[in-house]
Amino acid sequence: MIVERIDEVMPETITDRHYFRGDQTIVIDPSKYLDVVKFIFDEGFQLMIDLTAVDWPDRQPRFDVVVHFQNLVSQERLRIKTPVAAGQSMPSLTGIHKCANWFEREVFDMFGIAFDGHPNMTRLFMWSDFVGHPLQKDFPLDGGDTWCSSDTGTSYAGHARSLAD
Amino acid sequence: MQSLSFENDPARDGQMIVNLGPSHPATHGTLQVVLQMEGENIIKAEPVIGYLHRGVEKLGENLSYAQFIPLTDRMNYCSPIQNNVGYVLAVEKLLGIQDPPRSRVLRVLLSELTRVSDHLVCIGVNAVDIGAFSAYLYIFQEREIIYDLLEMAAGQRLHTSITRIGGMFRDIPDEFVPLCEKLLESCSKTIDEMESLLTHNPIWADRTKGVGVFTVEQAVSWGYTGPCLRACGLPHDLRRAQPYLDYETYDFDIPVGTTGDVYDRYLVRTEEMRQSLLIVKQCLKRLKEIGPGPVITDDYKVALPPKDKVYTSMESLIRHFKLVMHGMEVPVGEVYSATEAANGELGFYIISDGGKSPYRIHVRPPCYPIFNSIEDKIRGRLLADFLAEMGSMNIIAGELDR
Repeated sequence: MIVERIDEVMPETITDRHYFRGDQTIVIDPSKYLDVVKFIFDEGFQLMIDLTAVDWPDRQPRFDVVVHFQNLVSQERLRIKTPVAAGQSMPSLTGIHKCANWFEREVFDMFGIAFDGHPNMTRLFMWSDFVGHPLQKDFPLDGGDTWCSSDTGTSYAGHARSLAD
Repeated sequence: MQSLSFENDPARDGQMIVNLGPSHPATHGTLQVVLQMEGENIIKAEPVIGYLHRGVEKLGENLSYAQFIPLTDRMNYCSPIQNNVGYVLAVEKLLGIQDPPRSRVLRVLLSELTRVSDHLVCIGVNAVDIGAFSAYLYIFQEREIIYDLLEMAAGQRLHTSITRIGGMFRDIPDEFVPLCEKLLESCSKTIDEMESLLTHNPIWADRTKGVGVFTVEQAVSWGYTGPCLRACGLPHDLRRAQPYLDYETYDFDIPVGTTGDVYDRYLVRTEEMRQSLLIVKQCLKRLKEIGPGPVITDDYKVALPPKDKVYTSMESLIRHFKLVMHGMEVPVGEVYSATEAANGELGFYIISDGGKSPYRIHVRPPCYPIFNSIEDKIRGRLLADFLAEMGSMNIIAGELDR
């Protein structure tokens, strides 16, 4: 229902869509991301359930940012996927949904996707001089060097990204 | 984790930095909160999490679907079975299968028992943090019986891992039902006793009323679900709103609060325990009606065939070998499946590329967005209020950090 509504009001926003096992998914362009979230907020999708990312190392753009929303009145759920290239940043949802705060920090920590306009874009789980982003597919399962700090010549080095560079 | 930033120089203004945790009895697990205090008042609270981060999601990408089950009960160790059930429901949704009726009733029965034990722990420990020690002693007797029941059913008290994809790992033993009936009787009595110790206790009311007040709008914006959201006044319960495991056929009420403070959350949890006991009663009745039967699906492409068949029939032996060596055949796709755990919405997001293990598995723990809001909630309040608030949020560090 909401998917048709988006089509009606914001034509050609949805670049791809699928419906699998009762879950409706839409894929949108990063430039339309904030507008769509604002629009569905006004349409009743006010509970942001979850925000996460998926790494597809062989694909261009490399990452998907996946957000789940729920309409508390109609109990409808919607999944929005936004493809993001490595090094590209996303607009932050913290202005609309307060709970986006830690979810976005977690994605930054685990995947290295930065969110513009976030009040505190720092690592959430890992320590601040940790090298790399653990949930990227090329990060080793054993964590590489146990003492992953920047200047110890780690077996896994180089994929760390900070806001400064 | 991060380096901490404060709004001004604490030392100059006569302020103090207090480290609560990472191993403080009141934090119930390893999590740290750095408090900037002026006297007894909190100027700023900064939660620092990640001490219990074990990389569950990364491990899930490298394990088969069945091997992930034992990791789920290590996330919320206060209500392990609900995590087991939530995960297998997500995989079953991905596969498009359903477990047999007896297994569905067993899942509800055990989930509701753990919901009671989770709420008992939350209320009991919250009361201990505030200084009301006696209620804890009474209600932990019941928790002990519930753990005995879990041990009977799963062979483990905490790390149950009782569910399998397509059903349960085994049926409950004969001694389970009599003990469970005994529990139904004694537990409702104990809940009454707990209420007589706390509900009209002026000290308990003084410490909890008006602490952590939230409107529904604030709660929704912070992503609240479960008892914390219902205490604000929104009757949202996934068991009713988006029923799974035939919850729509059970008779129970959804308690709601009005202000969302610690006292309301306590009342909501108390009533929820009574409703859960009612569901358990209905489950026992249904188990009798259904009678003995299979508790796991007979689709041997998903579940292991029983041992006697493996030893006697070629077909089953091949299935057993295929399942252990190559895993299930999983369709390509993505699902998000949510269940109502004791703390709120527990979600599993699974992406399958058709391989042996999930391409990506993500857990949405209920207490994660709730604990996120503590900074907003506690600004300007007393340190003692902070402990009351944190206890009633029911934060489990295991699922917070994953």
